[in-house]
Parts: sequence; C-alpha cells; structure tokens
Amino acid sequence: MSAAPVKLMSFEKVLENFDPAMGLEVHVELNSNTKMFCACPTEFGAEPNTQVCPVCLGLPGAMPVVNVKGVESAIRIGLALNCEIAEWCRFARKNYFYPDMPKNFQTSQYDEPIAFEGFMDVSIEGADGQPEIFRVEIERAHMEEDTGKSLHVGGATGRIQGADHSLVDYNRAGIPLIEIVTKPIIGAGERAPEIARAFVGQLRDLIVALGVSDARMDQGSIRADVNLSLAPKGETKLGTRSETKNVNSLRSVERAVRYEMQRHGAILTAGGSILQETRHWHEDTGVTTSGREKSDADDYRYFPEPDLVPVAPSREWVEELRATLPENPTVKRNRLQIEWGFSDMEMRDTIGAGAFGLVEQTVAEGCAPQAARKWWLGELARRSNEDGVEISELGITPADVAKIQSLVEAKTINDKLARKVIEGMLAGEGTPEEVIEKRGLAVVSDEGALSAAVDKAIEANPGVADKIRDGKVAAAGALIGAVMKEMGGQADAGRVRELIIEKLS
Amino acid sequence: MNNWITKTADELAQALAAGEVTSVELVQAHLDRIAAVDGNADAGLHAFLHVDAEGALAQAKASDERRAAGTPASYLDGVPIAVKDVLATQGVPTTCASKMLEGWIPPYDATVVAKIKAAGLPIIGKTNMDEFAMGSSTEHSAYGPTRNPWDQTRIPGGSGGGSAVAVAAYEAPLALGTDTGGSIRQPAAVTGSVGVKPTYGGISRYGLVAMANSLDQVGPVSRTVLDSALLHELVGGHDPLDSTSLTDEPTGFVEAAREGAKGDLTGLKVGVITELQGDGYQPGVMARFTESLELLKAAGAEIVEVSCPNFTHALAAYYLIMPCEVSSNLAKFDAMRYGLRVTPAGDPSAEDVMRASRAAGFGDEVKRRIIIGTYALSSGYYDAYYGQAQKVRTLIQADFAAAFEQADVLVSPTAPTTAFKLGEKLDDPVAMYLNDLATIPANLAGVPGISLPNGLADEDGLPSGFQIQAPAHSDARLYKVGAALEALLEKGWGAPLLSQAPEIEEVRA
Repeated sequence: MSAAPVKLMSFEKVLENFDPAMGLEVHVELNSNTKMFCACPTEFGAEPNTQVCPVCLGLPGAMPVVNVKGVESAIRIGLALNCEIAEWCRFARKNYFYPDMPKNFQTSQYDEPIAFEGFMDVSIEGADGQPEIFRVEIERAHMEEDTGKSLHVGGATGRIQGADHSLVDYNRAGIPLIEIVTKPIIGAGERAPEIARAFVGQLRDLIVALGVSDARMDQGSIRADVNLSLAPKGETKLGTRSETKNVNSLRSVERAVRYEMQRHGAILTAGGSILQETRHWHEDTGVTTSGREKSDADDYRYFPEPDLVPVAPSREWVEELRATLPENPTVKRNRLQIEWGFSDMEMRDTIGAGAFGLVEQTVAEGCAPQAARKWWLGELARRSNEDGVEISELGITPADVAKIQSLVEAKTINDKLARKVIEGMLAGEGTPEEVIEKRGLAVVSDEGALSAAVDKAIEANPGVADKIRDGKVAAAGALIGAVMKEMGGQADAGRVRELIIEKLS
Repeated sequence: MNNWITKTADELAQALAAGEVTSVELVQAHLDRIAAVDGNADAGLHAFLHVDAEGALAQAKASDERRAAGTPASYLDGVPIAVKDVLATQGVPTTCASKMLEGWIPPYDATVVAKIKAAGLPIIGKTNMDEFAMGSSTEHSAYGPTRNPWDQTRIPGGSGGGSAVAVAAYEAPLALGTDTGGSIRQPAAVTGSVGVKPTYGGISRYGLVAMANSLDQVGPVSRTVLDSALLHELVGGHDPLDSTSLTDEPTGFVEAAREGAKGDLTGLKVGVITELQGDGYQPGVMARFTESLELLKAAGAEIVEVSCPNFTHALAAYYLIMPCEVSSNLAKFDAMRYGLRVTPAGDPSAEDVMRASRAAGFGDEVKRRIIIGTYALSSGYYDAYYGQAQKVRTLIQADFAAAFEQADVLVSPTAPTTAFKLGEKLDDPVAMYLNDLATIPANLAGVPGISLPNGLADEDGLPSGFQIQAPAHSDARLYKVGAALEALLEKGWGAPLLSQAPEIEEVRA
C-alpha cells in the first residue's frame, strides 16, 4: 500500500500556531503462565492453535474464570502508577465484530476499571541540561484479553487485499493485557514528542522492574497508541484527534507524534479538517496512513459480563502488593548515578548499552562502580556487538566480572590478562580462576625473574635508559613494553616501572 | 407398555440395586418407547432431536459391569436420562434446535453432563426445545415442534418442551432442562411433570449454551418430586469452571423430599402472591390452585396473602435484560468456525457470508430478540432500557425479600393457562410471553422454584401446575413442601396424575 504524499508543516511553524494535546494508550501483555480467563498456556511462538480450549475459542457453552495472577499484576501496575485501586469492579463485554475475536465481544473493563486516577512523573532533559519533571496524569489502567491473530495467505503483501484466504491463530486470544490510558497531556508544546517517548520508555522500565511483562516492544508485548490533536494557540477546546495504532518502538513514538503534529498543522492551516480515524505508523518511511474511519458513533454496547463475579480486592491484599513494589526505576536511576559518581554521559551510555542492571548487580557483588562500568561497556559490550547477542546473554555474570576485577586489584592479573580471562570464559573454559590456571595467565611475581628481565631491557635500550637517568621518567613506557613482551604480558606493569626507576636513579 | 418405563427413577435405582433389572434392559425399554412414540417433525411427540442408542447402551453395559463388581458410581447408576439439546455433549450433536448449529459436535462436556456420566446415568438422547431456548412452546425449534402427550394438537410448553415430554410420556425417567424465565417449570406444568429451577448458581452453567447468562439455570425434570431431588443432588454444587456457581453443598434435598412425603407441614407459612392470580388466569387452573391450598392447610400449613407489587413489571424487565444478553451471546454464531455456513454467489466478503448464514440459520424469534437487545444496549438507549430494567430487577428482589419475611414459601399457579394449541400464539409474541409471567420473577431474583402437577382443568382436561418458591439457598424447602403436596394430591387421585393421560398412538419414525 503506497500512501499518497502528504504535505507537512514545519514543526516550528506548527508550534507558532497550535498547541498539541496528546493521549497515550499503552497495552501491556502480561507474562502470566496462563490466559486471562482459562488455563491455556501463553508461550510466545507456539504452533498455531495449539494453546487453545473451549473458553478462549469462545465455543458455545464455555465460560470464563478470572486469572488471579492477572488481577495481581494489574493492581501492582496501578499502584506503581500512583493509582487508586477499585474496592469493587467488574468486567464488561465490549461488543464488536472482528475476524480474530472468537466470541465477537472482548471481555474488558469499561466504567469500572481496577485502577484509576494516577500519575507518572516523566523525567526529561531540561533546557539547562538538568533533568526536568513533567507529570503525566493517568486516567485508568484496566484488564482485558487479547485477540487472536489473522494471517492472510496467497497475496504478495501478506495483507488481506489480494489474499485468497485467511487463517486465524487463536493462541494469543485470551492472553491478559493491561491497558494504561493517560489523561490528555496538554501544555507540552514542543516537548510533546519527547514527552511521549519518555513516558512510554519510563513505563516500559517500570513494567520491567515490576516483572509483570517481557515488555518487548518488538514482539508486541508493549504496544502504544498515540492520540493527537491540535488546537489553535490559546484555544482551550481540544481539536479533533487521530489515533495512531500499535507504534512499536520508543523512537517511533516520538516520530509519530511529531509527524502527526506536522500533518494536522498542514491540514488545519490549509482550512481542512481532521478526520477522526485510526492511522497506521510505517516504521520504514516514517509516515502514518489512514486506517479505518472512526466516529463517535462507534457503539460497543458495553454491559457487565454476567459470567464473571465482580473483582473485589481486599485492602489487605492491596497493601501486601504495595509492599512488593520495586523502587521506581527513575528514582532509582538518579539515586545510583549519585552513589556511583557517574557523569550524565556515563549514565546514559550505561543505560543505552543495556548494562544498567548488570552494573548494578556487579557493584552489589563488591566491584567498584567505575570498574564495573569499564568492563561491561568495554570488553563485554564489544564482544556482544561482535557476536550479535544481548550483553546480558553473553554467559558472563556480574559475579564473574566482580571476581575478575578483584583479581586485578589483587594484582594476580593485569588488565591485559583480564581480557584473556574473559576470552577464555566466553570460550567456555570455566571460572576466572580456572581460565588463569589453564592458560597460565597469572602475573609473574618472582622478583628475581622480573629483575633479570628489567636488566635485559635496559641493556638492549641504552638510549632510553639514558633519558630516564636524565630524569625523563615518562620514557619508562618503552622499557616497560619491552619487559612485558619478554614476560609474555604476565607481569605487573606497576612493579616493573618501580624496578626500572629504582635501577636507573 | 413395558412396565419398567412407568417406574420412577427412585424405583428403578432400587430395582437395579436388587438385581431385578439391568441398565441395558432399562435403556432398551426406553429406546423402544422412543422408537414407538417419538416420531419426527411430522408426527409423534418429537421430544428428541437426537437419540444416542449406541452411546446409551454402551454406558448401560458399563453400568451393569460396575453393579456386578459391587461398585456402582452412584445411587442412580444405570438409570437413563435425557438431556436438553442446549447442553454440550462431547461427541454427540448439540444444536440448540437451531439450523445455525446443525452438525456441531462439541469437543467437550458441560459440567452437568460430565457429572451424570460420572454418576453412571446413560444419556439416551438430546431433547427438543425452542431455538436457543427462546420461546414458551417449543414451536420455535428449527426442527419442528414437540407435541403434548395429553393432546398432540397442543404445545408442550417451552423452551424445554422436549425434556418435559420425554419424562411425561415415559421416554425417559429423568431429564435435564434449563430455565431462564420458566423453561423448566412451565413445560412441567402443561405436561403434568415436575420441574425445578434451583437457586441461581446452584448447578454449574459451564457447557450450557447461554441464552441470558444472568438468568439461566440448569435444573431437573422428572415425574416425582423425589426424583428431582435425587438428580439435583447429583448435579449440583460448585464448579471451578463457572465462577458464578455457588459453594453450597448440594445435600439435604432427598432427605427433605422423603420428610415432606409424610404429609405434615405443621408450622409452615405459605404466602399466596396476590399479583399472580385473577385476571388472565384460566378458571380451571385457579380452581385446582385453590384446592391445593386447602390440602396444604389440611397438612398444617398457614396460608397468608402477600403482595409483590413490582411483579407487574417483571415481564417488561425480563424482555429487556434477556435480549440484551442474547444479542451479545449470539454474536459468536458468525459461520466462521462451526455450524452452518451459507456462501452467497459471486465474490462474497466475510460480512456477506455472515449475513447470509445468519439470515438462513436463525429463526424469527431469535432474530427478534437479537434486534431488541442490540437496540436496547446501544448508546443513548442503554439507560432508558437496560439500566431501567436492572432497577426493576432490584425492586423485584426486594419484593421477594419482603414476602419471605412474611412466609416460608410463596405459591402461585405455574402458568396462567393449560397448554394452548400449536400455532395459536405463534404470530403474537407478546401473548406468548405472558405465559411466563408467574415464572419470570424467580429468574430475575435468583430464587428457586418448583412446579408440580396439581390436577386437570375442568374446561379442557389438561394438566395445571402448582409453583412453590423459596428464598435463595433454601431449595430443600421446595422439596419438602412439594413432596408433601404431591403425596396429598396422589392420595386423592389414587394414582399418579400421568396415569390419566391418554394412551399414545404408535408412530414409528
């Protein structure tokens, strides 16, 4: 499908004339072992229609039963978003037709969500480079079930157009989802795209910290819908919105907001009006295209699901769950940056490399923060890049890294030998000690041997030796290099340097 | 007539235990009776949509083996049963009397079906009903109506006409029915059988193809109060697959029935519901009702008049709430995954296939209710219809609560009239709906009710029914009072009422 070229207005121009309003809806697929209303497994990527039963297939007569684990996760997410937790709420049927929805209604929550009225403080970079907080208010977080997945076969594009038949996989039907809906985010101005990205990113970190979802945007376990509208500057009434569905990366969230602002701006300035419609985001071309038109006449005929008893979480349970909440990831990040003494740049790089948690655990194993950062972002990040595996899946644990650093500090090995230890560990040669043993990597601490090697180096480099004698201590490097070469790298460079200066002063 | 088929389930259980008969013989006797009188859409009773002779005989054989080994699965092990076609039966067709589900064979059993199988009752077949349980006459079956054994030109009640007739005409000693607005009790009344709607949630709904989930209730159909109690104890109780099912232990029903059969009701306060008598009630039905009250009084009960003023709105509330749920429940019948599929010519879209399949697959009454429900739930009308109806429902619950302050049980005729003629009310849905006005309040409030035969109306010689209602969770009270009245009535008749029914002509299908 090729989109007709759309005229865009420059972002700056949009801001001169309009105020953006955003609403974000984020679907989080829970990592529970079973579906929301039956005991079917939820494993990703299983053979189609192998994880189904009468309930999630919506067969005549089958009835749902609520998965308590799903309710628990919903409450924890609600609490982490500073929400009120309903004392009593119900599921509702959202009636509409969709080919991959087996009952032709979705069991969801309507006017009685499990969590409501919360907020998240989003941290963005302020004008002066200092972090700045923007509060995003949360309307609600509610529980619902996912639908199945359609596969269109026979066409060139895999879309329904041109396909000669369609297959439906119901493995995903009934997987628990939590939908988090923000209140309209207004007053963000030029920061709107950035705030949208930061909100979704921070929400993802929170979900990971809670351990309730894999939170893989690329696998769709977190999906964001971006609602956007523009109002003429100074106007308080919200404009007509577009809803861009299933944006699946943080970068795309930012780009989609920006794109829609520019598209709306161009249309409104040209005297046109915005269609209330759903739009699709195209990652490759960075544009949105029209999906289905959506009007206020959309009528889901909600009513309370009569097959499910109401959910009434006891206050004791809610408080128990509150006690299990992890530290807010943003707060924790700021705290650790100060504790570790990292610069903003160092912190950003650590997070960007996906090594934040690894550094944290390595420090917990007794390693100095800077040393932990050095190993994870240096040698290990390089190897993960080369091998194309996640840094966390290299097969070296934070405890290993802490051990290696402790061996360096004890001068059993030096940095260069440590890299060989890592190499050995990645080759499956065992623990750091075992690699050192097998490869004979320990630093030579025999003073006699060192002394002899130093003498040999001095003898072979009389010119350098003279410079050092004349007080040019910086020249020692060349001699150290020669000694190290002689010793096969297995010498303590510090001690070699001391010996050189001792002998030449 | 083979005399085994006229025995009650309790008598058959005793005969099996005493080794006087085998389950295979019982099943065969009932299969023979079905072959002789059930017929088909054109002639005969047509109580069954599907007879599973092979399956039932295999189950009977297994039952006899358990008996021989001294390990019967339950008291009723080996006693045959018929099941309303709205309950899912693994490997056996389940159509809900709709073309939409023609040929559908469920891959699973309803919990009640699993329970009767586990208890060893051979399932002889699936009984006819109004399509998706919508109707009061079993004329809305897509496969043709069931006929009343007392007069085959008359309706057998609905929607569970098949289950009631199977029992009343000796095709099965027991049956399972479902009651959303009276579909067990009203057919029982017009066929001279006993039917019970338990407390809402008393029996699992898992595997019951839902008509209106908040009202639906599975219940027993039989020829005696004791037999219903026996079946109720067997299939009742909590089901983890149905979160709305109660945790009440299904015990004490049989004991209450045996106790009641002694005929002593000293100290019992019986409330006669003012609003469920008078206008619209057939004189012969009212006459039998009054006589039944006299019998209760003679047994020591005190009769009081109680008013349930909101019952006059029950029918209207019911005919909003029920279709709303119907409109959502039936959305799954889209011709995509099971059942009927009609593919229009040309290059039809999925919507075209759905439209054509539904047009062909759903009957008029079903379409009527889907449309009413869709309309009543739509935005802008929700509050005026669904919301308002739910408020009425709350008022009706309050009426029951107040009435049960004044009386231990509430009584009324089960249906305002005896069986009307087939076709008589088919073109007048509202007249048809009026037949359920005495049974609907119990469904709206979730309270239990029983209907038992209390005589024949003078005008037409057709059976009338006596309804007893009790507070929620007090189902045992129904069995006690019901068994007492039954014993007193039978003493007067000298034999069960059904023995007065005409011989049924054989019409081998």
